[in-house]
Amino acid sequence: MNTIELAKKIRIHTLKMTSSGQSSHIAAALSMADILAVLYGGFLNVDPVNPRKSDRDRFILSKGHAGAAVYAVLAETGFFPVEKLSTHYQDGSDLSGHVSHKGIPGVEFSTGSLGHGLGVGSGMALAAKLSDKKHRVVVLLSDGECDEGSNWEAILFSAHHKLDNLIAIIDYNKIQALGTVSETLGLEPFADKWKSFGWIVREVDGHDHSAIQNSLNELAGMKGGPKILIGHTTKGKGVSFMENSILWHYRTAQGEEFDAALAELEAAQ
Amino acid sequence: MRDTFIAQLKQRAIEDPRIMLITGDLGFGVFDQYRKNCPNQFLNVGVAEQNMTMVATGMAMEGHVVFTYSIGNFSTLRCLEQIRNDACYHNADVKVVSIGGGFSYGALGISHHATEDLAIMRALPNMTVVSPCGLWETKMATDAIIDTQGTFFLRLDKSFGNDDQLEKDETFQLGRARVLKEGTDVTILVTGGILEEVQKAVDILESGGVSVQIVSVHTVKPLDVDLVLEVSRKTKNVVTVEEHTICGGLGSAIAEALLDNSVHPKRFLRIGLEAGFSSIVGSQEYLRQQYGLDALAISEKIRNLI
Repeated sequence: MNTIELAKKIRIHTLKMTSSGQSSHIAAALSMADILAVLYGGFLNVDPVNPRKSDRDRFILSKGHAGAAVYAVLAETGFFPVEKLSTHYQDGSDLSGHVSHKGIPGVEFSTGSLGHGLGVGSGMALAAKLSDKKHRVVVLLSDGECDEGSNWEAILFSAHHKLDNLIAIIDYNKIQALGTVSETLGLEPFADKWKSFGWIVREVDGHDHSAIQNSLNELAGMKGGPKILIGHTTKGKGVSFMENSILWHYRTAQGEEFDAALAELEAAQ
Repeated sequence: MRDTFIAQLKQRAIEDPRIMLITGDLGFGVFDQYRKNCPNQFLNVGVAEQNMTMVATGMAMEGHVVFTYSIGNFSTLRCLEQIRNDACYHNADVKVVSIGGGFSYGALGISHHATEDLAIMRALPNMTVVSPCGLWETKMATDAIIDTQGTFFLRLDKSFGNDDQLEKDETFQLGRARVLKEGTDVTILVTGGILEEVQKAVDILESGGVSVQIVSVHTVKPLDVDLVLEVSRKTKNVVTVEEHTICGGLGSAIAEALLDNSVHPKRFLRIGLEAGFSSIVGSQEYLRQQYGLDALAISEKIRNLI
């Protein structure tokens, strides 16, 4: 499956999962669907037949509230049956609203409280370096999550230890829970902040698959420090009435809204 | 306790490359021998306890046995959610060590008084809570928590009681309390270095004709319920002593175990910190006196009880 098709499936699954579960965070999942599709469509060395193989790349979703999209991409790439996705957010399911590893092959680490993934990823990256292992650690964060001080502890640490096997990706959609990033707690000049902390920075259109792919490949080959790919994205990407709307951080699509959203996603090329 | 712990950890780390020791920029001079012997198994992450715990979890997920080290509440409360969500939920081999239980850092002020940590750590699922009463238990506990997979809290005190090995073949077991001294009138269940005050208090009590049994509860969680019930049935009067709030710590754990099993001592008393912050300045010894946790106060409370 090509990554465009994979992203489309992630979006459709995510819409269905959040609608039937009446759960929040559809817009945060749509925002990063393309990044996930590129990661699981070929960049990450992972194996659904042997999900715990020791040389796998480690992927952590730090913005755990968008976990539905990770479940979707894992199911579509063969880690568990696609049918399982319909249990998301339902009583008795393994598939919680925030991403959890328990019972789910392919989920490296459970998150949900923001500001945890990068530090844990740093520890994994350091452990890999100490034992001379070649796998990479990839952590996907949200922009609002960068308000958390714990991330900046990890940002200092990763640069200090020159963890060039660590790649962070920011889903920079510029909207957080109650407002825009700029009116809540501004991050700009964002790329400069990372640079000044000693990170190798690339910026990319977070919906342009070949650009994401090229940037990741370029970053993966670079040495000397941790890398960050800032993906400029649109929150709610793919459903016109969800795009750039704070409301859809929480709202779940029901009835006509669900039908309209599904039609848009299915029509996408 | 601190030096005993580090010395034992060093011995084990020399033979076991999985062991990592991470400090949050505290422990001046403490690690010199450890670092000399195991330079690649030591990490100072700076004054960043949240990241210390996250990095520890990440390393533990990759097969290391990781000790996080700081003083007072810095390795516990400062990074509580990282301990809960990252270490405990993933059942990671992270061993949280706090030097300075209770009033060990008395004169430094309330920021450095670790007086709620047992209660808070005890509430966390997948967390084993170990609080040695003396140097033998400290050494043995260090071994045991290296050899037992999972997340641990090791609370070390500046003070320590006499917890010597009882018999040559006595083995230390996590979750197995130790009867340090037999007695028939009162049982004192104690955790932490305040055992030293308990032992002095018992000398006072016994010189007045009261026979006291002392039980070291070095593992606060899981609690040795069987032994707690057995000793409580034997002496009728049961007292708990901890340098910690009486809310949620050892005393609460013992009370829960007794009531859960319908064992009702004739008299029951929790000795610990009653309420409020300790804003008095002073050494551990002085603060124990101020808050009724010294040997004399403990002996008087017990005499009044019976």
